[in-house]
Amino acid sequence: MTQVSDALGPATPTAPDPDAVGSGGLWHSAWRRLRRNPTAIAGAVIVLAFLLVAIFAPLIAPGEPGVPLPNSGVTPSSVPGPSPGHPLGLDSPGTDLLTQLVFGARQSLLIGVVSTALGLAGGAVLGVLAGGIGGWVDTVVMRLVDILLSIPSLLLAVSVAAILGQRPISVMIAIAAAQVPIFARLLRGSMLAQRGSDYVLAVHSLGVRRRTVVMSHLLPNSLGPVIVQATLTLATAIIEVAALSYLGLGASNPSTAEWGRMLVNAQSRLATDPHLAIWPGACIAVTALGFTLLGEALREALDPKGRK
Amino acid sequence: MLRFVVRRLLLLVPVLAGLVVLLFAWLRALPGDPARALLGQRATPASIAQVNAAYGFDQPLPVQFVTYVGRLLRGDLGSSSASGEPVLDAFLSRFPATIELSIAALLFAVVLGIPLGYAAAQRAGGLLDTIMVGGSLLGVTIPVFFLAYLLKIVFSQWLPLLPTSGRQDPRIDATHVTGFYVLDGILTREWDASWDAIVHLVLPGIALGTIPLAIIVRITRASVLEVLGEDHVRTARAKGLPRALISRRHVLRNALLPVVTTIGLQTGLLFSGAVLTESVFAFNGIGSYLFQAISQLDYAVLQGFILFIALTYALVNLVVDILYGVIDPRVRLS
Repeated sequence: MTQVSDALGPATPTAPDPDAVGSGGLWHSAWRRLRRNPTAIAGAVIVLAFLLVAIFAPLIAPGEPGVPLPNSGVTPSSVPGPSPGHPLGLDSPGTDLLTQLVFGARQSLLIGVVSTALGLAGGAVLGVLAGGIGGWVDTVVMRLVDILLSIPSLLLAVSVAAILGQRPISVMIAIAAAQVPIFARLLRGSMLAQRGSDYVLAVHSLGVRRRTVVMSHLLPNSLGPVIVQATLTLATAIIEVAALSYLGLGASNPSTAEWGRMLVNAQSRLATDPHLAIWPGACIAVTALGFTLLGEALREALDPKGRK
Repeated sequence: MLRFVVRRLLLLVPVLAGLVVLLFAWLRALPGDPARALLGQRATPASIAQVNAAYGFDQPLPVQFVTYVGRLLRGDLGSSSASGEPVLDAFLSRFPATIELSIAALLFAVVLGIPLGYAAAQRAGGLLDTIMVGGSLLGVTIPVFFLAYLLKIVFSQWLPLLPTSGRQDPRIDATHVTGFYVLDGILTREWDASWDAIVHLVLPGIALGTIPLAIIVRITRASVLEVLGEDHVRTARAKGLPRALISRRHVLRNALLPVVTTIGLQTGLLFSGAVLTESVFAFNGIGSYLFQAISQLDYAVLQGFILFIALTYALVNLVVDILYGVIDPRVRLS
């Protein structure tokens, strides 16, 4: 494909060069603007911190997750506060709160990333079918997307999770299912916009097969908005994991460290030990904020209006 | 106008029909046995068979589907397999609570959000603007039920000024005519009952309204900023029109279009949020009803609820599209 795009490069200066994706051009200038954007840096710092905590959880955490300490001192009316070795104190099952929070980052990251990847993959298949083939395939796929979009995403996730039962993979599929129509519609729209471009007309007129046109030209050039959406969706996914736990459809068995479940466990102790709810809640909110900041900054960086 | 409405309503038919098929297939794929869920662990085979026969769970799937659609067309959403209560009745008796809560949340979001977004755009880059942009990002990322918890902690422990559960103080002997407690109090002139219902709406309304508020602030700000840069605003200033007039007629009116769309799109979010908010504040609406239905694998309730929500969502967005024509005469509904 390099030959074709090289041949077309000078002739169509306004058309993005498909091979430029990842190497220079649009992404290069976007990266330059990202580095200078304080929002992007704030988002990146939060996301990076979250990633590091999730990856190095066993090194950071003072204890083992999900293991209640013997003689923990947890009573129905109170939990032990901070003590040496337990900087945040214990939570209601008698486990170290900091350990649970650190391992919770791992669980949130795992479920968030896998579910967004699944949602993206599903949405990409539908979006490519609709936007790349068009015609009746487009109509059928988009009506299906309309049906899925007519259900609020959390409720869609709830119904899927209710069918699949309480395993981590069910929660991932449930959250992914709610994202599929969003990605599908976005990718289709983006591909339709590309389809009218001169460079697409040019590769068509060179007699390149439709499959190649779609996969090597339309798809890579339509990915910008989808990547932005994926970053923002990670934030939503992390919140929805917690919401599903709250609704009793969570991924984990009681011993797994998971922020949503920690919030649920804290509910009965709100009056006496509000910090048990505040810590995991703040973790969810800050992580989601990090992905949102990064996504917003990416959106700005990729927006052609903002380019100099 | 009428043709537009009719066409949009007709377009709704295939979506709803598809949804009915999908929901039926979907919820029948649930691994649990609804009769067992209903009867609990001590169910005998005979009692399970009895329940299956009573609710038609023993019929072949196509027969169940035809029966379901037939009933649906007559406005019958089936009966809850847990309580035996007709689903439609259960919704209608609980829907006023959720509508009241949603209105409270939207009022909070719109009444605060539009002026805040507008003020932020007027002084773009200033302190207020920075606070608004930051605050709205935080507002979107805070989980609804966590915010509800926080409000509950603060107002039940430290600042016991507002009630944190229920729709009305049970000690108030209020007459209920419509199921909308605030309206009931006004209709029956029981002012204290009405006031008490309003006070009970404050915290759940704030919890549910925060995400819409954050979104409305952002959209209003972006939209006002865009309009402020347009030629007609410059012209209006150049001719020396009073600032207030420019703000009202030239800026706000043009900037409101995307805001109205956004408000329509928030309905879906409000319903999802209601499931979480209502359960935290023990607010007896359809949200907390669904919460129970999920744990009991109550097919009829789940099906009915999602269908009901999808229909409401579609109708609200139709109203929003009609409102377009009112706000912007250039949008001709044809």
